[in-house]
Order: sequence, then C-alpha cells, then structure tokens
Amino acid sequence: MKKVFKRPESLTDKPMHYCPGCTHGIVHRLVAEALDELNIRQDTIGVAPVGCAVFAYDYFNCDMQEAAHGRAPAVATGIKRVHPDKVVFTYQGDGDLASIGAAEIVHAANRGEKITAIFINNAIYGMTGGQMAPTTLLDQVTATSPYGRKAETEGYPIRISEMLSTLEGAAYIERVSVHDIKHINHAKKAIRKAFEYQLQGRGFTMVEVLSTCPTNWGLTPLESLKWLKDNMIPYYPLGVKREVE
Amino acid sequence: MARVTFNEDLCKGCKLCVAVCPKKIVKIAEDRINNKGYHPATVEEMDKCIGCAFCAMMCPDVVIEVEK
Amino acid sequence: MKGNEAIAEAAIQAGCRYFFGYPITPQNEIPAYMAKRLPQVGGTFIQAESEISAINMVYGAAGAGARVMTSSSSPGISLKQEGISYIAGAELPCLIVNIVRGGPGLGGIQPAQSDYFQAVKGGGHGDYRLVVLAPSTIQEVVDLVQEGFDIADRYRNPVMILGDGMLGQMMEPVEFGKRKPAELPPKEWATAGWKGDRPRAVINSLFIDPQALEDHVKKIYKKYKAIRINETRAECFNCEDAEIIVAAYGTTARIVRSVIEIASKEGIKVGLIRPITLWPFPAETIRSWAEKDHVKAVLTVEMSMGQMAEDVTLAVGGRKPSLFYGRTGGMVPAPLEILAEIKKIREGALK
Repeated sequence: MKKVFKRPESLTDKPMHYCPGCTHGIVHRLVAEALDELNIRQDTIGVAPVGCAVFAYDYFNCDMQEAAHGRAPAVATGIKRVHPDKVVFTYQGDGDLASIGAAEIVHAANRGEKITAIFINNAIYGMTGGQMAPTTLLDQVTATSPYGRKAETEGYPIRISEMLSTLEGAAYIERVSVHDIKHINHAKKAIRKAFEYQLQGRGFTMVEVLSTCPTNWGLTPLESLKWLKDNMIPYYPLGVKREVE
Repeated sequence: MARVTFNEDLCKGCKLCVAVCPKKIVKIAEDRINNKGYHPATVEEMDKCIGCAFCAMMCPDVVIEVEK
Repeated sequence: MKGNEAIAEAAIQAGCRYFFGYPITPQNEIPAYMAKRLPQVGGTFIQAESEISAINMVYGAAGAGARVMTSSSSPGISLKQEGISYIAGAELPCLIVNIVRGGPGLGGIQPAQSDYFQAVKGGGHGDYRLVVLAPSTIQEVVDLVQEGFDIADRYRNPVMILGDGMLGQMMEPVEFGKRKPAELPPKEWATAGWKGDRPRAVINSLFIDPQALEDHVKKIYKKYKAIRINETRAECFNCEDAEIIVAAYGTTARIVRSVIEIASKEGIKVGLIRPITLWPFPAETIRSWAEKDHVKAVLTVEMSMGQMAEDVTLAVGGRKPSLFYGRTGGMVPAPLEILAEIKKIREGALK
C-alpha cells in the first residue's frame, strides 16, 4: 500500500488552534498542497492577517510575515517588490480584507501587484467573538447586529470578488467554497491556478473561499456547512469573476 | 485494500469526516478521549474502507492519512 | 542642494532602493526625487494609497531584507504610527523622515518642532523607542541619513530623521560620501525564501503568552541600552565660559548660533547645546554643563510650546533654573526675540 493522502510538507507539525469544524484548516491544507504540487514552498513568502488566522505564520512551513490588521496586501507589496522572483501570498479574513483593509486590497489589486490573496469569507468576525462583518448577510444575527443586519442601518453585504473584478490590474479572481468534497477539490484547483498565474507574472490574483464559523454562527460543524450552502452561496455566487487570458 | 490512520490527538471531534464517509465506517470513539479532551474519530471496520480519502479531505485538522 | 532632495539623494547613496510614500506638504520633493531617481538605479518607488499603506509596505520590504525608507510630514506621520509600532515590535530596520509642520490636527504647513513628543516618547502603542536624529545643516542631513540607515540595520530598529519645512526647503552646498558606510552582518533573519539553510524566517510582533512578550520587550530594551551608550550625540558650542546655555536642535539651533554671535558683541556669554540624537537624549551632556559654576541658567528654545524643554529640565535636575522660550504653529523665533529672553534671564540670575 502506498500513501495517497498525507499532511503536506508546506504545513508545519504544529496543531492548529481553530475551533472544531472550522474550515480554516481545510483552506490551510489546500494552500499547502498547492505549494507542494508546484514545488514552490522554498520560494514562497506568506503574509498572515489579524483575526482567527493570525497564527498562520506558525502553520505554513515557509518564510512568513505577520501584518497589522488589514495591511497584509501592503506588506505583501513591499515583499514582492523586493523579491519579484518569489511567490507572495496573503491569507486574510473578511474583517481584515473587506473592512479595515479595504483600501489596501483595492489598491494592491489595482496596481496589479503580482501577489495572491486567499480571502476567507465566513460572514462574521471570529477571533473577537462573532461581531458583524462587512460580509454578514442581511438578517444575520451577530454580537453587534443582535436584531439581525438591516440594510437601512448597516448596509448590504459586500461582494468583494465582484468589486475587485472591475479592476484592470486583477488577472484572476474566483469565488469558491469548501462545504463539500466536490467544492473542496475545485477550491484547490482555483488556489493552484492563482499561484500559477502569479508565477507567470500575470497580475493580481485572489481566491475568495466561502467558509464556516460554527462557534459564532451557533451551529454544529455539519449544520454550518449546510448553512453556508443554503444562505451564503445564493448571495455570493461561486465562479470565476475575472480572468485575463 | 485501503487503510486510514487517525492522528487521534489532533482530532477535535467535529464529525465532518463521519458525515462525509460514503461507507459510513468513520465513527466517534465514545469510549475514549484524546489529550485535547475530545472523543476522537476512528474507523473500526477497516476492511470496508475504499481509500476514497473523503474523510481526510474534509478534515480541518489534517488528522487523517490514507493508504491504498 | 535643497534639504529635501539632499535627504533623497543621501538615501540612494546609502544603498536605499525602496521608497514608499504618500504626498503631503512640506516634504513632496522627497518622493518626487525618489520617483525619478530610484528607477535609474534599479530601485522601486511606489506612491501608496495612504500613509498607512506606505509604512506597511516599508514593513514588508524591511522584513524581506531591503534597505527601505518613507517620508512624510506631521499628520501623515500620525497615520504611520500603527506601522511604526509593528516595525519596532518586529525589530525591522528602516528610515522614516518627518519634515515637521505645525499642529495639532491639520495645523499648518509652516515649519515646526511640535512632533518632538511623538517622535521621542513613542507615538505608537507599546514599549518601544525610535532612534531620532535631528540634523541642523544640509550637510548633516546627508551624513545622518547614511548613519541613520546604519544604526537601523545594526540594531534592527526604526530610525527617524526629524526635520522641518525650513530645513527641507533650504539650499546649501553638500558633499556626498563623507561618511563611510558601516560593516554590517548579513540579514539572515529576513524572509527571502527558505531553503532550509537557516531557521524559517518569521517576521512578527505577536507574543500571546505574557511571559514571552515581557521577554521580547526586555530583549528590545537591552538593545536600547546599547544604543544609549553607543549612539548618543550632541554638539556643544561656546559653552566653556557661558553664563546662559541654550538647548536647541535642528533649525532652532541655527538661529541660536546667530544669537550667540550678537550676544557676544554685547558682552553676553551664551553657549549652545545641540542634541543631534533626540532619542537617545544627551541628558548627561546637559547635566555636566548645568553643574558648572559659570552657568547661571539653561534656556530651551523650540518651535513648539515646550516639548524638548521637559527633557532638558529633567537633565538639569534642579541644579540651575531651566527655562523655555518658543514660538509655534509655524512661527519661527527671530534672533532678537531670543536675545531679549536671554537678557531677561540674565538680569534675573544676576540679581
């Protein structure tokens, strides 16, 4: 018998701190597998965010920098300009990327920075205890939208991938999900493709991954997958939003 | 012939592997707890395993290795 | 050469190849010069979307092992404080130039020294220090830029050049390459791609375990102790038989030199202590002069409401009267104003 599935080399041995059933771990593994398959682990520099994935620098087995909240695309810009021959990626949640770091991601994309953003959208702030995110769905109850998010007072959930896809500097933007095996397999392909685009020097790339937050959604891990499928995908349609040939 | 191996101490008992197994052989070991304090996932009827690796792909904590 | 352009050219001569900035008056000549010059020497200039992004690009590039700088003016430096704290926490070397203008708030665009507290007392959050260099001539600007980069690299700490609009806009002849660059160890800690030939590089300022954070901060403070011992600098002029010693830095120190000249013609002996490093502060130099019998009082002159004056008073330690005279908001004190103040003090001291 031979091993057909094992821990990718691009992940360290450190046990991950995420809550049971949180899909951050799946996305970490997909990124690591893509780095392994492209044999670029030693030529990759990652940037960790602030939020649940703040310890990503402990998990990805490559050179890493930890950025201030929302600033990962600016930090990645600095790294990439110094090492244009290396692969540089950011790993950011929705509070980090879509709220406090909205300017940084827009302008990194617009400059066509040859970096890859892995954007985790779980419609909530996880680390700080389940507050409303820019991506929180209408009527979704969170710690800071206790009566449900209302468009009149909190505005509508932001579709970041669609927004960034209007920018000329963006070479590839796709929204994927990890709520079942089929979608996990596809998410992996998208992440790998984003890195390939970066290696080819095509421009800014981003993969938005719809993810779960069982703890702050108040659901079991399994219920969370269903909630994602039933509630998030209708508002955040999956698919390629921009691809420059 | 296939085999899955669980690194039980990494398991957080989220049961996503249980739900995704097409052969329904991944179970939660109610008789023991791991060093994180969870009942870990396990497979007893290993002969029924087809090595599809769905459990491993679904696992958020990279607990599972698959041989075929 | 204009002060702002001298800063930029000196940085290039010092091997800086990355500049990230955002427009703000009165430092715009620096990014403009860099935008033109850096591509000629294989470097990179980015006009960022904000000062916040610019300083975080500096963080990324410094962490990647590059010699890198940014420049701004007071309100822009306020925006950079988040990044500066992270840069200090992650022990990254870089040069930050602040061409100070009047504040608070949007303030004005005329020269001021009212960012002293922000520069030397922290500015951002947490236990950290910036090395703050205060040039007084354009030649010194050139020398301190080179030296600033070297100090930053040697101690892995951000260094700030604190100037003002007057210094930035002033023109004086300069000579480059007077100061030889330091011999520095390779940056093996930088994220430059990992071949397993060194420990995995992680640039980080997060230490969730309180003991680990205390240990980290104590390690940084050991460095600061070494900086205090090795890098504290001040110029003393005409202090030997001075009755009144004036403490002033940067542009104000230039004005005080004229005051000393006029005063000596009137038979008033005035000396100048000019801190070149505002942090580490040359407290020992000030203390040792304040102890001398011939010194009757110490006067701090600043273009602020009295910021460095607090450190001078601490250094004087009650040995002699420690007084302050300043103009602020972009107003520059004239030599005769300062002289009048000195005369008043002198009369009081002789009574």
